[in-house]
Amino acid sequence: MRAMVYRGPYKVRVEDKDIPAIEHPNDAIVRVTLAAICGSDLHLYHGLMPDTRIGHTFGHEFIGVVERVGPSVQNLQVGDRVMVPFNIFCGSCWFCARGLYSNCHNVNPNATAVGGIYGYSHTTGGYDGGQSQYVRVPCADVGPAKIPDWMHDEDAVVLTDAAATGYFGAQLGEIAEGDTVVVLGAGPVGLVAAQSSWLMGAGRVIVVDHLQERLEKARTMAHAETIDYDEYDDVVVEMKKQTDYLGADVVIEAVGAEADGNFLQQVTGTKLKVQGGSPVALNWAIDGVRKGGTVSVVGAYGPIPNAVKFGDAMNKGLTLRMNQTPVKRQWPRMFEHVRNGHLTPREVVTHRFPLEDIAEAYHVFSSKLDGCIKPLIVPDAA
Amino acid sequence: MTQSDIPSAYVRDKRTPPPSREELRARIPGWGADLDPADRPSYPRLQYPSDTGAHWDFPERQPGGEGREHSIEHAFVTPVFGTAQPLSGLSGAIRRLAYARFSEGRLAHWVLLVVGDRVDAWEHHLRSFASGRPDVPATGLRTEFTRGGVRSRRGRSDVRHQLLDPVVVLGPWVAGVGGAVLGVRRLVRAVRG
Repeated sequence: MRAMVYRGPYKVRVEDKDIPAIEHPNDAIVRVTLAAICGSDLHLYHGLMPDTRIGHTFGHEFIGVVERVGPSVQNLQVGDRVMVPFNIFCGSCWFCARGLYSNCHNVNPNATAVGGIYGYSHTTGGYDGGQSQYVRVPCADVGPAKIPDWMHDEDAVVLTDAAATGYFGAQLGEIAEGDTVVVLGAGPVGLVAAQSSWLMGAGRVIVVDHLQERLEKARTMAHAETIDYDEYDDVVVEMKKQTDYLGADVVIEAVGAEADGNFLQQVTGTKLKVQGGSPVALNWAIDGVRKGGTVSVVGAYGPIPNAVKFGDAMNKGLTLRMNQTPVKRQWPRMFEHVRNGHLTPREVVTHRFPLEDIAEAYHVFSSKLDGCIKPLIVPDAA
Repeated sequence: MTQSDIPSAYVRDKRTPPPSREELRARIPGWGADLDPADRPSYPRLQYPSDTGAHWDFPERQPGGEGREHSIEHAFVTPVFGTAQPLSGLSGAIRRLAYARFSEGRLAHWVLLVVGDRVDAWEHHLRSFASGRPDVPATGLRTEFTRGGVRSRRGRSDVRHQLLDPVVVLGPWVAGVGGAVLGVRRLVRAVRG
């Protein structure tokens, strides 16, 4: 089969690999029909995630068709069209039993602090991902769901992570009616977080970014006010001014470990790699939220420490809430919102690349060329 | 500044109340659909028992876990695990040390894994030079010309640090080639006496 392969920082290509085998009785093998590159894949691509091995196939956002099932699989059949959450989870450990699917304890031997994720280094379990023609799907009776007939494939693939994470991020914010919500980052996660904030009763939603096409999307897709941080010497002051010096009731950090906006943090975090990425957005969130407010963090960070202003968070009495998204827990309610048109995940998609052009897709997305917001990967595009 | 100009933060209530429900519902599709926290799927945070579809109390153990590296914060190799890219070579030895000796709470664990990543990359780069498909410092660069590299970056503040990317990407390669040249030169001199 053809698969995306990591060759070191800033280097990916497509290679021939063996089609994955059933390795556990509850495995399924899924033929991938559509995949996506996530902003967090760029952390791997830039060499920020420890234990990212050469030859690894990335990709934790994908949908496909069940090709084979292991002997204990009961809930899936060959030929089923499935959407697969980015989490690999057992469904039975202490954490899964309480709905914390992203914190599963039975699928990632390499770390206890994070659950299993497809194609996201050995720090999340050492599973090859879905930017390929076929992928091994463990715990097949637990993770995948059949794609509803009415659902568009591009909605389905965005729901496997980005959209679910945006929706989850708004929930973590514990938004109350009339709250002013600031969303940092107008990527796919931030855009859906902004849409979702309205569903939870926000009175005002402000999206902060600096890429014009993304800010435009925030205005049109998410009906949000926008702040272009490039226009201000200090965006935190602008956030305070726009909230009458209170600060936002809720800030959703939808950027993660490669945030722009501070040259020193960028250089130390993503170029020199002397800290685990660039936590600019996290610090803006802590500074920009009001005292006693809530910061929701759904931007992805690695395990290496960051220079975060924790003292201010303490002194302001903030509630900090965060997690990797337990995706499947979000789906039943999200499906209703997508069907009703309240959430429109596929609106974030801007580019579609054949798998053979994966190197180009990564560079375009990484460098934010050509207005790229969300690139999809089509494995069998001829 | 008059009394009425004093911003909300310094007085009891917000000066500007949020728009009414009717106004928001008219403007925003689905506004307030999840107003009640009980309608939000991750509320409350812990939901027990969660209906997951698992028909086991503990997953059957996947074969092949003997000797597989695992965090020492785990009691054992988990019953389900990835088998992609098993440990090998010098990078494998470094990574095995990281897992065997240091917990996730120790910076040494992560630093060793990062060192293992860089060694792994160079092990494969060197091997690739002997293959028909040598590695290059960066891939996908033709899109700089086909996807508007200059146009896309116009006016963007992140250009300042993106200017460092060529140094970050090429630096190790230049250092590697330089080191190799120096090494070969010394070897040749040593052989010649």
